[in-house]
Amino acid sequence: MSVLVYAENQSGKFKKSTYEVVSYAREVADKLKQKLIADSINSKETNLLSNYGPDKIIEYNNPLLNDFTLQNYSSIISDCAKSECASLVVLSSTADSKYLAPSLSVNLDAGLASNVVSIPESFSPLTIRRSCFTNKAFNLTILKSETNIICVSNNSYGVKENKSKAEIISKKIAVNQDKIKIESKNKSSGAISIADADIVVSGGRGLKGPENWYLVENLASALGAAMACSKPVSDMGWRPHSEHVGQTGKPVASNLYIAIGISGAIQHLAGINASKVKVVINNDPEAPFFKAADYGIVGDAFDVVPKLTETLKAFKSS
Amino acid sequence: MNILVCISIVPDTTSKIKFTQDQKKFDINGIQFIINPNDEFGLTRAIWLQQKHQANVDIVTVGLSSCEPILRKCLAIGANKAIRIDTDPLDGFAVAKELKELCSKEKYDLIIGGRESIDYNGGMVPGMLAQMLQMPFVTNCISLEVKDDFVITKREIDGGIETTSCSLPLVIAGQKGLVEETDLIIPNMRGIMQARQKPLEVIPSIKSVSKSEIHKFEELPPKKSVKLVDKDNIDQLIELLHSEAKVI
Repeated sequence: MSVLVYAENQSGKFKKSTYEVVSYAREVADKLKQKLIADSINSKETNLLSNYGPDKIIEYNNPLLNDFTLQNYSSIISDCAKSECASLVVLSSTADSKYLAPSLSVNLDAGLASNVVSIPESFSPLTIRRSCFTNKAFNLTILKSETNIICVSNNSYGVKENKSKAEIISKKIAVNQDKIKIESKNKSSGAISIADADIVVSGGRGLKGPENWYLVENLASALGAAMACSKPVSDMGWRPHSEHVGQTGKPVASNLYIAIGISGAIQHLAGINASKVKVVINNDPEAPFFKAADYGIVGDAFDVVPKLTETLKAFKSS
Repeated sequence: MNILVCISIVPDTTSKIKFTQDQKKFDINGIQFIINPNDEFGLTRAIWLQQKHQANVDIVTVGLSSCEPILRKCLAIGANKAIRIDTDPLDGFAVAKELKELCSKEKYDLIIGGRESIDYNGGMVPGMLAQMLQMPFVTNCISLEVKDDFVITKREIDGGIETTSCSLPLVIAGQKGLVEETDLIIPNMRGIMQARQKPLEVIPSIKSVSKSEIHKFEELPPKKSVKLVDKDNIDQLIELLHSEAKVI
């Protein structure tokens, strides 16, 4: 028996969420006294995974696998899970890993739990804690299959270095043409995505118009943060839908979330609840966000945010 | 074209989430139920295809008779037929199995679900159903254009958008973007009257077996009260974020 972790990469490079999920899987494998195997597809830096503790790394290479396609990736990982007798398959919560998980579950006849927020509470039966009701509650779920799959929430465990002398096995793999053909990919170049970000700076209606977004942009760039917005802002077309965070938008699980001019409707708070530290800047001291935040400033965004940006820049350079 | 929209019925987005005293079940006292928002975007998109391409739109849910008012609402929005698979849903896998059974009997060209339900947030039923049916699948779908049996879709990926194409049949998991919030259809009186005459079929469950079960729920721990910083003392905020919260 073994634990299998899928080490996702983007254009050949691992992301922080990959190191986090390998670290998580290492601790789980230790508790189960099983070997940890990491699967890596078309990575240019496979050896870096050994900093996080796998016993064995299997790398698959084929230029046709440069882009993620569901059928090929799913069959590679399910075949590996079968041949390595995986009792548990651990994935991250990136868009691609969450795309993959249900398909793996059918291939492996496995129980599946997403949004897992901590190391399992118990291994017999396998009981995991996951967030539900869009971060308004948790549940303890028992997974009952011989093989089970979990998707670990971003930033819920952290990256833990654990150098290992992992054996690296390279496998050539035949690839079929996927039924779904990728026509194009548009990535906002340079910008940090909400899913990957440690810090998210978010703006609401309090900013009065899209022309004032430089306030959010400047603060985000000073912090190396991703930008987000509230639902009304994306509905009015001030900002793209991809920046909308909340119950029907993107969930945020960053270490720091700064909300500027967002009142804090229950649907918005649900989407950002998984963030560790929340800061609110709003001129209305009665705004519901103050009840959900850790730190707050009552004040006008147009006055406070530029000062905050400047002070942060000075702090960072000192 | 024959379309199936899979509907999950969830508590209203403003609901206060409470559980029964033994923490085993969601407390439905005083809760209003709605169509899962991600599913409603898909339903609206399906109705557009019905209007433009004369597609047939069936909707399905796995649930008990308490679901029927919401199914009638979907009919009032414009679906042709509602199907209720008569069982209390156990987990995502069991629901997908029930839907697979339906889809093996009735041939659908396009099956639309939502990215996730806003209650259990499993995000698994459409993907499992696609794999069980060996059909291609696009998740986080924010655009869907159909020409004959050829489909162009857009999927939200981390930090961008991926455009893909494929032939029908196809399963998608939709979200906002598929249609806009302002496009959602509010049933009018005519729709509501027509919905009463439309078929609502109840079919027996195949009693599919679950692979997981919820042992118990936990409410969020109480929140510490906010630390307010004076707007003229920004340095203090940075100090707190650095030394106390350790996030910068």
